[in-house]
Amino acid sequence: MTAIEGQQLIPFATTLEPGTSRDNKTGSWRNLRPEYVQNLPPCNDSCPAGENIQAWLSHVQRGDFHGAWQEIVKNNPLPATMGRVCYHPCQSGCNRKMTDGSVQINATEKYIGDRALEQGWQFEPPEKPTGNRVLVIGGGPGGLSAAYHLRRAGHTVTIFEGMPALGGMLRYGIPSYRLPREILDAEIDRILAMGIEVRTNTRVHDIKQVMRSEGFHAVFTAVGNWLPNRVDVVSKAKTPVLDGIDVLRKVETGEDHGMKGSVVVWGGGNTAVDVARVALRVTGERPKLILRRDMEHMRAHPEEVQDALDEGVQFFNLHTIHEVRDGEVVLERMQADDRGRPFPTGRYVTVAAGSVVMALGQSAELGVMEKMGITQSGDWEVPVSPGMMTSVPGIFAGGDMVPSIRTVTAAIGHGKKAARNIDLWLNDQPVSERRERTIATFERMNTAYYPDVETNHRPKFEAGERIYDFREVKGGLTEQQAIQEAQRCMSCGNCMECDNCYGFCPDNAIIKLGAGEGFKIDYDYCKGCGICATECPLGALDMVMETI
Amino acid sequence: MLKQIDGSYAVGEAVALCRPQVVSCYPITPQTHIVESLGKLVKSGELADCSFMNMESEFGAMSACIGSSAAGSRTYTATSSQGMLFMSEAVYNASGMGLPIVMTVGNRAVGSPINIWNDHSDAMSVRDAGWIQLFVENNQQAIDVHIQAFRLAESLGLPVMVNMDGFILTHAYVRVDMPEQEQVDKFLPVFKPFQKLDPQSPITMGALVGPEAFTEVRMLAHSRMERALELIPAQAEEFANIFGRNAGGLVQKHYDDETGVEAETVLVTMGSVIGTAKEVITEMREMGESVNAVTLRTYRPFPAQALREAVIGAKRVVVLEKSFTPGMGGIVYQDVLAALNGTGIEVQSVIAGLGGRPVTRKSIRTLFAGCDERSNGHGFEVLDLDNTTMDRELAREASVLDRII
Amino acid sequence: MQSQILHFPAKEAMIIGQQTGDRTISNRLADTADSLQGAAERSNALDSGHRACQGCGEALGARHAIDTALDTTDGELVVVNATGCLEVFSTPYPQSAWRTPWIHSLFGNAAAVASGVAQSFRIQGKENVRVIAQGGDGGTTDIGMGCLSGMFERNEDVLYICYNNEAYMNTGVQRSSQTPGAARTATTMPVGEHPGNRFGTGKSVPKIAMAHGIPYVATANIANPRDLEAKVRKAMSIRGARYIEVFVPCPLGWGTASCDTIKVARQALNCGLTPLYEAEYGEITAVNKIAPSETVGAYLKSQRRFAHVFKRGNEHQLEAIQAIADANIRAFDLVESK
Ligand SMILES: Cc1cc2nc3c(=O)[nH]c(=O)nc-3n(C[C@H](O)[C@H](O)[C@H](O)COP(=O)(O)OP(=O)(O)OC[C@H]3O[C@@H](n4cnc5c(N)ncnc54)[C@H](O)[C@@H]3O)c2cc1C
Ligand SMILES: Cc1ncc(C[n+]2csc(CCOP(=O)(O)OP(=O)(O)O)c2C)c(N)n1
Ligand code: SF4
Ligand code: SF4
Ligand SMILES: [Mg+2]
Repeated sequence: MTAIEGQQLIPFATTLEPGTSRDNKTGSWRNLRPEYVQNLPPCNDSCPAGENIQAWLSHVQRGDFHGAWQEIVKNNPLPATMGRVCYHPCQSGCNRKMTDGSVQINATEKYIGDRALEQGWQFEPPEKPTGNRVLVIGGGPGGLSAAYHLRRAGHTVTIFEGMPALGGMLRYGIPSYRLPREILDAEIDRILAMGIEVRTNTRVHDIKQVMRSEGFHAVFTAVGNWLPNRVDVVSKAKTPVLDGIDVLRKVETGEDHGMKGSVVVWGGGNTAVDVARVALRVTGERPKLILRRDMEHMRAHPEEVQDALDEGVQFFNLHTIHEVRDGEVVLERMQADDRGRPFPTGRYVTVAAGSVVMALGQSAELGVMEKMGITQSGDWEVPVSPGMMTSVPGIFAGGDMVPSIRTVTAAIGHGKKAARNIDLWLNDQPVSERRERTIATFERMNTAYYPDVETNHRPKFEAGERIYDFREVKGGLTEQQAIQEAQRCMSCGNCMECDNCYGFCPDNAIIKLGAGEGFKIDYDYCKGCGICATECPLGALDMVMETI
Repeated sequence: MLKQIDGSYAVGEAVALCRPQVVSCYPITPQTHIVESLGKLVKSGELADCSFMNMESEFGAMSACIGSSAAGSRTYTATSSQGMLFMSEAVYNASGMGLPIVMTVGNRAVGSPINIWNDHSDAMSVRDAGWIQLFVENNQQAIDVHIQAFRLAESLGLPVMVNMDGFILTHAYVRVDMPEQEQVDKFLPVFKPFQKLDPQSPITMGALVGPEAFTEVRMLAHSRMERALELIPAQAEEFANIFGRNAGGLVQKHYDDETGVEAETVLVTMGSVIGTAKEVITEMREMGESVNAVTLRTYRPFPAQALREAVIGAKRVVVLEKSFTPGMGGIVYQDVLAALNGTGIEVQSVIAGLGGRPVTRKSIRTLFAGCDERSNGHGFEVLDLDNTTMDRELAREASVLDRII
Repeated sequence: MQSQILHFPAKEAMIIGQQTGDRTISNRLADTADSLQGAAERSNALDSGHRACQGCGEALGARHAIDTALDTTDGELVVVNATGCLEVFSTPYPQSAWRTPWIHSLFGNAAAVASGVAQSFRIQGKENVRVIAQGGDGGTTDIGMGCLSGMFERNEDVLYICYNNEAYMNTGVQRSSQTPGAARTATTMPVGEHPGNRFGTGKSVPKIAMAHGIPYVATANIANPRDLEAKVRKAMSIRGARYIEVFVPCPLGWGTASCDTIKVARQALNCGLTPLYEAEYGEITAVNKIAPSETVGAYLKSQRRFAHVFKRGNEHQLEAIQAIADANIRAFDLVESK
């Protein structure tokens, strides 16, 4: 019995039954129609390893570190390593950099990676064996990533590595004060524990032969860039002129690296900075870093540069080495034009030098590729298809040796992508099309909903404390800080169930489907005002023209 | 219980016997003493379970009544004159929503010029508001009709206005028979509203109604009024059974004609003026004149049928009223005229007592004396008009206006 | 070459860091309780199917406020509504959008009707039934002022909520005492020497309410729904006369995009034009701080009613409006000191 029937003599028309307006379907007023969308967050878009950063951050937000780790390792098997050495393009992409600073994704990843090692979390066992054997040449990050992903998919994998240990440049390039070896070792061991065969000290010279003799069905090559680039300098002196990556490798293996006195490092990239900082630690004297450009146009990562400055590396920006003499080098001063390009000035200075290290980049040693006819002499990289395959079917390549950015994350991304495509190729399937997704750009965000929060930076040892040994320079976030950093994530482009659409709809036309289920629009009543779309903090609603 | 008491206080006591739950008030002469007396009764605790609201205006007072009644409480207020006009928007609203509020009107002229004395302008100003309008002749009736008013209002879901002449009744110190509480309780059941604001079964009151239903809403209000025409005599009879007194009803015919033949001239009035009129008519009848008097105790709904029955057979009816519409004349007259349309009875219009001008025995005699003259097509007559002043002022006006117009 | 891994002491936890803090309707990460408007079981006191314009701020404000009040009273609530958009769009015969007992009487008498309702329930011994009166700025601060003041002064147990959209919208956008200087309305057209509404002395009804010394007065803004909810809750926890004025943009009257209702309200908030505060017994007890940055420009820009303010020669209008914001900032000490 309704309220009105329950009484007598309710006046006609002036008194009404409650809630009867529901008969009036205001949806017919609408000319724009809100629709929920899921867009690609810029962090994910800019992670070369293809991590779903937003997804794993959302686990961290709730303190679910294991969930976060599992999400990371869907794409990247080396989070503790990457949390240390990655140049984090994700953070450059992060929308939050437009407000109070990018989410410290990298530091958070380190926290997760370290926590995983501490807790001994292991990878899921591989899928059931496929019977395919895949050869991986080179045990750097590219190779390790490919091996991991191939193994996950159930293939039998063997890594051939020319050096005594796996890791590639992670081990023989990146100094241990940036990447402690026990971290690297532990992460590599965890990959190998999936059942991957490794042959160290085994340099591959002839791919065809190895394939044939061992019965491999496909190959992934990631031999890296190990040939130092050199520039001729006038040197009639006894002062040794060394190569950056050789020096770094030797410091790592304990061989005689040849650095002494005040080391003069030539180069403006990351290798140069690493060499200078390593030189400082092994010689105890302030090294000099010579770069042709000004500091602004330096290629090295700014944080590394700052660390080097803090530690006392002397920067000779806008200089080149003119001549190496006994115990000294003659530098020519340069001048930058308004675009930062250096020009010689004809003015010179002389500085003391115990040894000179050239760190002017490196290129790939492509003997194996040439032998396969994939490259010709003089080539310095290997072209590959979008599916990472070389011109020879079944032979794939990635990492530093292919045209791309030369970073660990790129190598890991290549390894993953190659693994997926090897899998497809082995199953005679075509390369999958890349799905174009709308990027959750900053313009789509309503940042009024995100209070400014101070970023949590990793602590560092004071410069004075850290220059005497190879202790890790940077610490990590605490659990609380990691959670906080993750909570700074704005969930760009993907609903976080903040209820703004639901709470701000003047027509109650949004239906809540329950935790984790999101929302549904009740088009019977939605008038299409668009408040939901404007007030969605992260742009998860599009207003589309209603077709009549 | 017999007692000598001021009209206002008498009404206050009678209202208190009706156990109102909310009384809202705002002072205006000559009604003020009614609510003052109720205020005192509430404060002293003699009238228990009643909220006495001192409002900020008559508009507020009637509005509070609307809220209170809609929330299911028996509700009362009183006003006069300017106060009525000030609350008039809410007066319409109360009836439109079917809220059985009872309001006393201590009838008074409406300014400008401001004038605190009696006439019926205030009641006439809300004639069309949809309230039941009752008029009383004396203080005993005032008491008795208020008691009936609550019963009537609540049995119909309509507000009722009890009109009593300002000063003449409100301030008259006379002997009345004040009913006993048990009698009142027997006559007036506990208020059971037809509709109320109740969280247990929510309703929406006061909706917007467009052309598609507004006329029907109005016609339903009219039909509710027509039911009042049946209910008022019935309840008056019931009242008489309990209280042993006749009061209320639709019309009151004051003399029975032993001859069975209707008097030639019947005076039709409303309110207290019948007191003086009766003195003259009694005198005249004793002298053998064929005159009678009928009072309209119910003005809205207009008791056309009852009036016709009361005057049928008369040669003429003279409407003596204390209300006036400039540009037209008598107001009650028009109702009477319409009611007697087709009966062949001549209806004459006489205005008197505006702004408190006494209607004396002499005035009434003049009224009867002028009957024949008025038959010759006079629109209306104003008793006791100061013709000297009128002539002077009309001349003065003419000297200016004639030149302009 | 040995390395060493650093561990540093934990920093204090910051609640505000929880993604959106308390700015969104809900926050799955916060340990603060979610707001009622995010709850699936909120009552939707003002139901779907009402005829408010697309993006009506008043409809939204009313649902937020009444849902909250219903929650605090376990449904024992009666609402009295003044004439105005809210009334017209919610109750045209034969449909009502209200789910609560609701009564509309007149334009200017909601406070008095509500007083009557409250007294009625009191005398019936149903003091658990609470009463809210509500209306637009016109019905409240202009024509309803007398009844409102009476209700305050008698300290009736009524919460009066004014949905301030700064003009008489229902009759087609005419000026009210709340219409800001320079604003265009149908009766203050942007023509002549002083285009738009003249700059008067202003009329702060919250301050008028405070001058009555009533137990609770607050200003709220639909762009801060949690604050609105908290204030309604607070108000409902108190007996006696209470007043809340909610700032609700009207897309039609202001010439704003229907999707920008909340945005515009937020801009008003952030530039200092609509200070949020609470007062008890005539004394200010709390002020919501704002960030120091925004000027009135962005707020005015989003509204066609202020378009002429940006024309050459009308700079003084912009300055005058900024001066009002600045005065608020000073008077209420609005800006967060870093
Ligand atoms: C000093 C330095 C610092 C760097 N710092 C960073 C950094 O901080 N962050 C970052 O992202 N990137 C950094 N990089 C770049 C990064 O190390 C490389 O981009 C990345 O390691 C490339 O991975 P890869 O697997 O392609 O090759 P590599 O890491 O170079 O690994 C190639 C592996 O293949 C092996 N190999 C080569 N030829 C054969 C063969 N014929 N048979 C068997 N094995 C073979 C090598 O021994 C090696 O182990 C740095 C590079 C240098 C040099
Ligand atoms: C006594 C009276 N005067 C005028 C009106 C006409 N009227 C109805 S609503 C309204 C304006 C309402 O303005 P406001 O109270 O601000 O509410 P809004 O429509 O803006 O929400 C007016 C002038 C009326 N209904 N009653
Ligand atoms: S805020 Fe979060 S989702 Fe957005 S780009 Fe940054 S890390 Fe990715
Ligand atoms: S005119 Fe304004 S207040 Fe009225 S319904 Fe439309 S948007 Fe709402
Ligand atoms: Mg308004």
